[in-house]
Amino acid sequence: MPEHSFILNGNRVSVDTEDNVRVLWVLRDLLGVTGPKYGCGINVCKACTCHINGKAFNPCSVPISAIKPSDEITTIEGLADQRSGKLHPMQEAWLEHDVAQCGYCQPGQIMAAVALVRKARAAGTELDDAELDKLRNICRCGTYTRIREAIHTGAKNM
Amino acid sequence: MAGHSRRRFLGYLLAAPTLAVAVPVGEEFAMPGEASAALPSNPEIADLLDLSDLLNLAAAPTSGLVAVGVQADGTVSFALPRAEVGQGITTAVTMLIAEELDIGMDKVRVTLADARPELLCNQLTGGSNSMHSIYHPVRAAAAIARLALLDAAAGQWGTDASRLTITEGVISGPGGRSAPLGSFAKAAAGTRTKQLSAEPKKRPSLIGTPQSRIDAHDAVTGRKQFTMDLRVPGALPTMVCRGPHINAGVGSVRNLAEVRAMPGVTDIAVISTGVAVRANTTTHCIDAVRALRVDWRGGTVDGETDASVRAELRAITPPMPPPMPGAETIDLEVDFAFASNSALETNCAIADVRPDRAEIWAALKAPIPAHNEIAAKAGLLPTAVRVHVVQGGGSFGRKLFHDAALEATEASKAMGKPVKLMWHRTDDFRHGRVHPMSTSKIRLNHSGENVLSYEQRHMATQLDLGHGFGDAITSMLDKLPVADLTFNQVFFLTTQAMPYDFGITNQTLHEVPLKFHTSSMRNVYSPNVTGAREIAVEMLAKKLGKDSLELRRSFAKEERVRAILDKVAELGEWGKEMPPGTAQGIGIHVEYKSCCAVLVEIDCRPETVHRPVEEEGVTGPRVMRATVAVDVGVPVNPRGLEAQMLGCVNDGIGLVLTESLHMDRGLPLEGSWDNFFYTRQWNTPLDVRVFVMPKTTEEPGGAGELGVAATVGAVACAYGRATGTMPTSFPINHGTLSFEPLPRVPPIPQSPTDGLEHTF
Repeated sequence: MPEHSFILNGNRVSVDTEDNVRVLWVLRDLLGVTGPKYGCGINVCKACTCHINGKAFNPCSVPISAIKPSDEITTIEGLADQRSGKLHPMQEAWLEHDVAQCGYCQPGQIMAAVALVRKARAAGTELDDAELDKLRNICRCGTYTRIREAIHTGAKNM
Repeated sequence: MAGHSRRRFLGYLLAAPTLAVAVPVGEEFAMPGEASAALPSNPEIADLLDLSDLLNLAAAPTSGLVAVGVQADGTVSFALPRAEVGQGITTAVTMLIAEELDIGMDKVRVTLADARPELLCNQLTGGSNSMHSIYHPVRAAAAIARLALLDAAAGQWGTDASRLTITEGVISGPGGRSAPLGSFAKAAAGTRTKQLSAEPKKRPSLIGTPQSRIDAHDAVTGRKQFTMDLRVPGALPTMVCRGPHINAGVGSVRNLAEVRAMPGVTDIAVISTGVAVRANTTTHCIDAVRALRVDWRGGTVDGETDASVRAELRAITPPMPPPMPGAETIDLEVDFAFASNSALETNCAIADVRPDRAEIWAALKAPIPAHNEIAAKAGLLPTAVRVHVVQGGGSFGRKLFHDAALEATEASKAMGKPVKLMWHRTDDFRHGRVHPMSTSKIRLNHSGENVLSYEQRHMATQLDLGHGFGDAITSMLDKLPVADLTFNQVFFLTTQAMPYDFGITNQTLHEVPLKFHTSSMRNVYSPNVTGAREIAVEMLAKKLGKDSLELRRSFAKEERVRAILDKVAELGEWGKEMPPGTAQGIGIHVEYKSCCAVLVEIDCRPETVHRPVEEEGVTGPRVMRATVAVDVGVPVNPRGLEAQMLGCVNDGIGLVLTESLHMDRGLPLEGSWDNFFYTRQWNTPLDVRVFVMPKTTEEPGGAGELGVAATVGAVACAYGRATGTMPTSFPINHGTLSFEPLPRVPPIPQSPTDGLEHTF
């Protein structure tokens, strides 16, 4: 089986598996990193949202063969400051607004929110209601309003 | 059934190394002897004896014990015989224990109890009954533990317990003496089990204050573990290849050997629901499931489509009584489509079945019937089976059933290996449980402003209540003042309270016994029954030229209901000027010893209805603002209550505007979240305000489902007022299929490979 190597939450990892295995299952089934959740497997629900080289992506829809050794993948487990353990401002905002209910979608929501704020910053655009409307992450508990409030709070502190 | 607040509770100091106090659950709720004679005729049964009472009564004779334990390190443990699926019950129970012991919430360790068959009917999480059923027992156990700790400290310090206090987990006494509460955990423990009694605090200081969830930190760091996150040695990913129709069984598999030889595949077994595949990764499972060539036997509803089911509902509709002489009538027929209660966590379970024992992990709201069926499926005695209840990634009714746990048991037994079995999302929509299709027919007789009678006939495809509520209700059937009713009709009557004085009231349930996989969906019958009723109330107000909030107010039976109506009117600015194409709407619901009013503002203007959405999705009218007032009797955690109401609002919006299943030749067409249009960010209100009414009773009522029905009523009425046409078929977009259905064979779609083209 081919060996695949990349940087996961700051550490180099490698796995032996078939080229077509999707990154979500490399993370969950082979590496035991379970923060990214399965919700559809077809890049619709966004529960598995992680970052690749700082941008949001959905590992359910990326084969491991598409990942280069230099690629840096960050899951929710790697979002907090790796040295100090200090939570990311978006995680703090999630706590402040007590966003999570069942919590299943929230790792993906937080990772998407961070990427959305970074994207708006880079483009110099405002994070208004229309921008937040574009978030496709499903929350079946219906925490949407608190998610929006937390993103505004988190953005202020990022 | 009030008046528990000042009573002393009995419990047991257990013989144990450190302090442990056990109390019965359900014990104090005995059916009042005179109640049977006082119960009114059928329709109003829910006013006096609702489902929550029924569940408590069913539990009373069996009343197992639950125990609070105090450890030497000052932590307090409690194994909760309920499921946590996002509703916040573990946080609320933590508050109750911290309250009585005056310790920090971070010192309380609430875990979910394994299936405990001796609890019989008392390990059921459903009917929004949890807080109502365990509020007093948990407080009692903690209060007795407090008493025992103070007694132990008083003994050691040679003083009287009444002179001691506890602050933040530290016991203090005369002369400046103080010590952490945990240091008395051994001394306070019983050497022999004995009975004790205590009275919970008269003036709680923590109960009723807003608290964040105890698992919030774990949730935002990815540490919170759901079933599929658990590491069980040898449990490899396992998925099931399912048929093209609901309940289709496997005839034969044409290429078993070929698929077994595919990369990563370790085992394949035919089970009763399909062909199970175990492999090194989920990708390998998906590939194998898609490669299987299976000849399927017929299912149970192969010929059924939306239209045929609707026709069957019409066919069983009983005739309405003729209009009362001289009276005017309002006649109404309201249709609801099938809807999926799929949670974001799909059906899943881990099973390790050995020849002599089995161990199962799953999110189960009814673990005892699950335990029994798992044991039977494994061919083992129940005592050889352990069933662990894991926190669930949502439930909405789904986790009252244990479909995946049974499948995992069967697969593990057949393969002789542990399995980590997960349903694909497409299966979860197509083969998972659905909320029944229904038609509600209403006739309201009135003479001017005087309502003489209210008749509602609710026709639906049969609801499976068997696994969760089954044992509880069956055990109570002969004790209820009703005759010749089916199990589901009893359930219907005990949940459908009528909040309005509408004269002679008669609500009945009529079900078509079609073999769909059904279950409740954040409410059982209420969203449809209440939604239809609120539309009838709106029609009455319009016909009489009355303000529809004032009309509800004037007919409300209870002062509590008038109070929540006044509150939403005030906070939601009822009656304010609205632009054409937009409107307010209001709905109320009474259930679970609680009541709730919802006031929404909807925008049905073309520019909003046709607002663009990137990629797939539906828009349509948007609820821009929602105001909720909720009265749960005793609000334990207002912050959690607000969260539940927020979720209920989004559920209600989806049911009225966007979300449904299209049944087509025995299978829903929906197979993805971009087919089943649960409320998304672009459809959610921008402004939701929840007002929690201060304590109104001594009984904490339920709330997890309460707000859905009121929201359905409010959104439907608002839509009618904004457009001038009252909708009667829901969701309003059901007539248009807004997506390209996924194929039936293979049963699940391949995962895309272009994810890196969609980064942001």
